[in-house]
Amino acid sequence: MAEKMELNEVEVWDGNMAASQAMRQAQIDVVAAYPITPSTPVVQNYGSFLANGYVDGEFVMVESEHAAMSGCVGAAAAGGRVATATSSQGFALMAEVLYQASGMRLPIVLVVVNRALAAPLNVNGDHSDMYLGRDSGWIQLDGFNPQEAYDLTLMAFKIGEDPEIRLPVMSHQDGFITSHTAENVRPLNDDEAYEFIGEYPMVNPMLDLSKPVTYGVQTEEDWHFEHKARQHHDLMTKVFGKVEEVFDAFEKKTGRKYNIVEKYMMDDADVAIIALGSTVETTIMVAEKMRKEQGIKAGVVAPRLFRPWPHEKIVEALSGVKAVACLDRSSPNGAFGALYNEVIGSVYQSDNHPVVTNYIYGLGGRDFTVEQAEEIYKELAANAEAGKPTTPLQQFVGLRGPKLSFY
Amino acid sequence: MSEIKKIKNLKEFSTSADRFEGANLLCPGCAHSIIVREILNATNDPMIMSAATGCLEVCTAVYPYTSWDNSWIHIGFENSSTAIAGAEAMYKARKRKGKLPDSCEGKSPKFVAFGGDGATYDIGFQWISGCFERGHDMMYVCLDNEVYANTGGQRSSSTPIGASTVTSPAGRVSYGEKMMKKDMLGIMAAHGAPYVAQVAPNKWKDMIKKIQKGFQTEGPVFINAMSACTTEWKFAPDDTIAISDLATDSLVFPLYEIENGTKLTITYRPKNKVPVRDYLGAQGRFKHLFKPQYEYLIDEWQKMVDERWEYLQRREEASV
Repeated sequence: MAEKMELNEVEVWDGNMAASQAMRQAQIDVVAAYPITPSTPVVQNYGSFLANGYVDGEFVMVESEHAAMSGCVGAAAAGGRVATATSSQGFALMAEVLYQASGMRLPIVLVVVNRALAAPLNVNGDHSDMYLGRDSGWIQLDGFNPQEAYDLTLMAFKIGEDPEIRLPVMSHQDGFITSHTAENVRPLNDDEAYEFIGEYPMVNPMLDLSKPVTYGVQTEEDWHFEHKARQHHDLMTKVFGKVEEVFDAFEKKTGRKYNIVEKYMMDDADVAIIALGSTVETTIMVAEKMRKEQGIKAGVVAPRLFRPWPHEKIVEALSGVKAVACLDRSSPNGAFGALYNEVIGSVYQSDNHPVVTNYIYGLGGRDFTVEQAEEIYKELAANAEAGKPTTPLQQFVGLRGPKLSFY
Repeated sequence: MSEIKKIKNLKEFSTSADRFEGANLLCPGCAHSIIVREILNATNDPMIMSAATGCLEVCTAVYPYTSWDNSWIHIGFENSSTAIAGAEAMYKARKRKGKLPDSCEGKSPKFVAFGGDGATYDIGFQWISGCFERGHDMMYVCLDNEVYANTGGQRSSSTPIGASTVTSPAGRVSYGEKMMKKDMLGIMAAHGAPYVAQVAPNKWKDMIKKIQKGFQTEGPVFINAMSACTTEWKFAPDDTIAISDLATDSLVFPLYEIENGTKLTITYRPKNKVPVRDYLGAQGRFKHLFKPQYEYLIDEWQKMVDERWEYLQRREEASV
């Protein structure tokens, strides 16, 4: 039996500590992990919990991230609660096994501390790894600060492990900006947290010796399509309701309200920035400022759930605006940004057709500043006024040298 | 520790209940199915198994069918070792917590991973090394047919010198594969593994003994099983055991074990040693070696096998 940790009502935790505390409270059976900046402290913290008797599961320090996810898949198929953490190159190395985990419907929780992808090598935060995972069949939850990293990591277990869902879940937070910034976090106590998540519900465990199961079979053109379609079907039809249910239960317990798509000052907004991660908090602050100082009815929309993509809620959130800026913190390498592509696909099907533009920002941890957000809102106001783009459709912000724009 | 299954004779062994179904898609004459069946029949304990991508995997778990009457998982080409290590870690964790399924009561499941030589010597090498360094209580079985058979016969680092494969073909100016077969057993012994052994399906008693010894061993066990491949070695499907006999009797594939990284024991000494020439001559993959310009390699092969046998005997005598 693991020892309980006495926690204060308010702890000062960075995002990594917040995520590792949620992992500890989940009483995970197997963590197979490998260190990589900036998620390394998650693994270190967990090792320290184990060394001091706060963890009674297995902690397998493997030799690579590929092995980490491979061990997680084997452990999850055996039947029990499983989680790990990674970033960037480690995430990329895991990529093969991410698809295996979701294809076998194994509810593994992966804390992803977002970081850029090399080359050039960079340890800082952007969303390249998060975007790399977007077609892998995982549920992707996005936290904007340490409190949310804690809350969403706890909720990730409850969502993914539900027998109706049985899908792996990524709990994202921004590298360094969230992972290494200590803030006030209000945790549940150990009993409350475990009670909230509940016992791991076993489904077809390899360890049930009376009922052998076969995982990871071969299917070709005869059955592969049906399996993939079934997985997509469940992502599309079951996850939204379950996430809302868990968000509601969490609000009842903590008073903290989460939405599949977060909206800030959107009731009467003419223009909106849509963004992911810690940037959301900067833009909220700037939107307030724009309203006060410039008279621009600015708002912010932030998907809490990146996968499955909450199409209807995005349409609803943007139903009253005249101009939208989609902020992508990843190099699109030859296209519009991924968030832009999702949003444009959604608003095209909407009755409202705002002007939608794309901003590429903050790559490799480059600061996203208040001034940059202000400039974007001003351009949005001009687009709203003109009823058409007054700028190129895709612009790079915060980049050295001459202004870079496309389309 | 579970009881060792008693097997008196071949008849009794061959008629014990199958846990690996004969209904599979492996080639007629494939040694894989013989080896796997022998391993599964060596114990009455329940087993939890994994297989790497390869012939064994694609031929035994084609949805909606399975040939495995035990829990089984396949993830990828390189990670069957880590898959089963993860399952073993889960077993330990839930046992400690008293949260195993009721069906585990009084049972001690064995954790076994299978992989071909491509999955073992090449692409999965790091994962196996990691599992052995960490000391998981598992058995890794390499079904060593010395070639990437599932993808159509490409060379691996287990392919012996002189073999013609589709990526190291013999031709006008080439005798085929240029590299020596990697000494995987030695490498695994160097991990300090409590038990590693080479087995061959034709020497079934020796094989069962080693498998049972492996199952009685706590910690990681490595088994290198010679698996004669009718398709890529190019011999008739009903000659599998005859070819295997030539391999063990010529000492091309010596049978021995190493305990705790050092203690080497030879477990089979042929009464009538067969020339390597006979082993090579029985397989299409070495056919070109009998052309005058390459025949010198047959003598070199014999020399190589003799030296290796000498080395193994000295290691055994020295007991270090």
